[in-house]
Amino acid sequence: MKFEEIKKQAESRWREIWNGQMPVILVGTATCGRAAGALDVLQAIKETVKKQNLHCLIYEVGCMGHCYAEPLIILRKPGFPSICYGHVTPVLAENLVTNLILNDDPSLEFVLAALEENDLIPSFSDFPRSKYEKRILLKNCGRINPEEIEHYIGNGGYNSSAKALKMKPGEIVAEVKKSKLRGLGGGGFPAGEKWDVCRRAEGEPKYLICNGDEGDPGAFMDRAILESDPHSVIEGMLIAGYAIGARHGYIYIRAEYPLAVQRVHHAIRQAEETKLLGENILGSDFSFDIKLFQGSGAFVCGEATALIASIEGKPGMPRHRPPRVAVQGLFGKPTILNNVKTLAYVPHIIENGADWFLQTGTEKSKGTAVFALAGKVVNTGLVEVPMGTTLRQLIFQVGGGITKGKRFKAVQIGGPSGGCLPESALDLPIDFDSLQESGAMMGSGGMVVLDEDDCMVEVARYFLDFTQKESCGKCTLCRLGTKQMLDILEDITKGRGKMEDIETLQELAEDIKTGSLCGLGRTAPNPVLTTLRYFRDEYEVHIKEGRCPALMCQTLIAYYILPEKCARGCDACVGTCTVEAISTDKKRRIKIIDQEKCVKCNTCLVACPPQYDAVIKVSPPTRIPRPNYVSLPSPIDGEVGDGGEKEGKEGGIV
Amino acid sequence: MTNEEVEIVEKTRVILEGIARKRENLIPILQRIQEEFGYLPPYVMLEVAQFLNIPDIDVYSVATFYNQFRLTPPGKHSIRVCMGTACHVKGGQITLAAWQRRLKIGPGETTPDREFDIDTVACVGCCAMAPVTVVDKKVEAKADPTRVDGILLNYQLQKEKGEKEKEKN
Repeated sequence: MKFEEIKKQAESRWREIWNGQMPVILVGTATCGRAAGALDVLQAIKETVKKQNLHCLIYEVGCMGHCYAEPLIILRKPGFPSICYGHVTPVLAENLVTNLILNDDPSLEFVLAALEENDLIPSFSDFPRSKYEKRILLKNCGRINPEEIEHYIGNGGYNSSAKALKMKPGEIVAEVKKSKLRGLGGGGFPAGEKWDVCRRAEGEPKYLICNGDEGDPGAFMDRAILESDPHSVIEGMLIAGYAIGARHGYIYIRAEYPLAVQRVHHAIRQAEETKLLGENILGSDFSFDIKLFQGSGAFVCGEATALIASIEGKPGMPRHRPPRVAVQGLFGKPTILNNVKTLAYVPHIIENGADWFLQTGTEKSKGTAVFALAGKVVNTGLVEVPMGTTLRQLIFQVGGGITKGKRFKAVQIGGPSGGCLPESALDLPIDFDSLQESGAMMGSGGMVVLDEDDCMVEVARYFLDFTQKESCGKCTLCRLGTKQMLDILEDITKGRGKMEDIETLQELAEDIKTGSLCGLGRTAPNPVLTTLRYFRDEYEVHIKEGRCPALMCQTLIAYYILPEKCARGCDACVGTCTVEAISTDKKRRIKIIDQEKCVKCNTCLVACPPQYDAVIKVSPPTRIPRPNYVSLPSPIDGEVGDGGEKEGKEGGIV
Repeated sequence: MTNEEVEIVEKTRVILEGIARKRENLIPILQRIQEEFGYLPPYVMLEVAQFLNIPDIDVYSVATFYNQFRLTPPGKHSIRVCMGTACHVKGGQITLAAWQRRLKIGPGETTPDREFDIDTVACVGCCAMAPVTVVDKKVEAKADPTRVDGILLNYQLQKEKGEKEKEKN
């Protein structure tokens, strides 16, 4: 069958689904949704439909971006707008489906928003975030079934492949070059230029690799795209492969993403069956196949040469460049390695032209960027905004601000290679260059928001711990230097730091940066350097006073129950304590924490009912008044502090 | 070799059938074997080296370089505690400590009765649901120490139920 016919068929099928007379139920079953129980919801919906004998279509979709409200479902019924419901449970799902489909009742109290603007229900376009969002890469996510190639084609998919195969490879490279598309994996290297080098390089066969080894902790953009719209990545690879003259393609996906692996695997098979991959694609003389390669859990494999070593069956250790990968890459042949998002952008650029792409973004960074918002932000999830949006807009408008009304402290951007930026940096436009100047980097798009309860020294220690473990061990300064830095940071978070440590940290950081071969080592000190630059006072308080101002470093804090606030009759903390460290003082009938048994797990603080709010954290631990210091050797100075540590209230210790 | 080991080697040979003897297949082969047996027994690694005609040490170096591979037998249930940034700031360490306290083993270890093993993972990409623990491939959202106790209790109840049914039969 010709592509035109396939397309026609798919488009009419899609119209039937989206605008037909049959009600449609969409369930978001990407990893986030599954974690929140989406599969149980799906099961409940299927049973309801069967039990009530409803005529409707149910299908799974990927990530809708509103992860904070998972599990999410969308119900469509002719006469109603498409309605999205959040925080759905199996029981609720049963009711929602029955109410709308049988009784025409949209259950307004559970609605998150409608997809389209209408007179009945507020829509997503009324959300403040819609003012900033621009969904290009995420256009299909949460709308189509990622396991149905027909849904993708019905929404204009593979259209630009057909267009591209009629162009000359050089024209495609020129178009991508003109669009100034930059590598969205974090490096920001112009994609078109890289392609040009590879296209002209000698050696056959050439390879194209899609880098889906999204190793940054705190980032899940690539996962969401691979799970929700895998064909967009495959199509991008197809066009890129044609442009550079590659015969074989690889998608490298990390082992921690089993669902992405499964869906991409399925999508490749479907593309092969539809003759969009394989020999003589769409009747042209271009042949291209894609293999799926599963990573095995090594952060360093996000680096191009390490990833290539890994595909070749070797330990993932980076090598010297030059020779550039575009000239001498996989199996010694010219190779192009692009991030998932970069490749997913290619079909859009071919379809709409470079000029369309150039309209969005800042002068040097064009297009949109996808961010994974996580941490202490209200609306965690996936957003796509034009380059140049400021951090403030992203965190406070799109993300809805900080949870529990706390104060913003820093945003960690770019993962272990990036840095922590303070409030003063919030008005920076997000693009490749301005973030680099601030000491962080855009990275692949992971953004973790930190509030006043997060200790910056501890955050720096956490990242160093990560890079130290993930260092491949090839370069001495990365292997041993990060270990030295980690030891120092550990000392500081345990109250054993010295003032001269700060200088040593800075010296080591510079040495590691200059003495490492690959991006992992060269950027590993960034979290320490940025926290030292913007939050030096916190380091000093840890060292000089043995106190953790954010009350996070476990060695430097203790939990304490304020006797004057304790309800006495209530046993919530006693019941939840995981190590039975809380007991009732028979005489005074107050609860007391046995400091020797306490493991500082925070459970009692959470359990204490808000109307009492009697459990607090103090730092240093010696600030707990003596009579309540059960079974701990006598406190060093027995200082009675003001205890006003628990934010938002004026608590005090006796 | 014990009977169990002989059996494992035989199964390995079945797995290897039909796979091209190319170095680039080393990682997929090891992944397949780990999927089957839950870990990479040393004698199986020797088998793989022979099959691909590469030095034993090359197989060992790949098996120890990547975090995914384990060299000791796993427990019946796998506990994978996420140590990603988002989980960390929401108490990932505390969750890990809770698992360790309850099961009395550290990351990378298996309980003596081979019921559970604990390991950490860098990030499972469910940052919006932090802190998470992956229990037997199922992602448990917001897994704080109380939830940890709940999950373990559930397993215990299931086990007791299973034993009772066994007695009945």
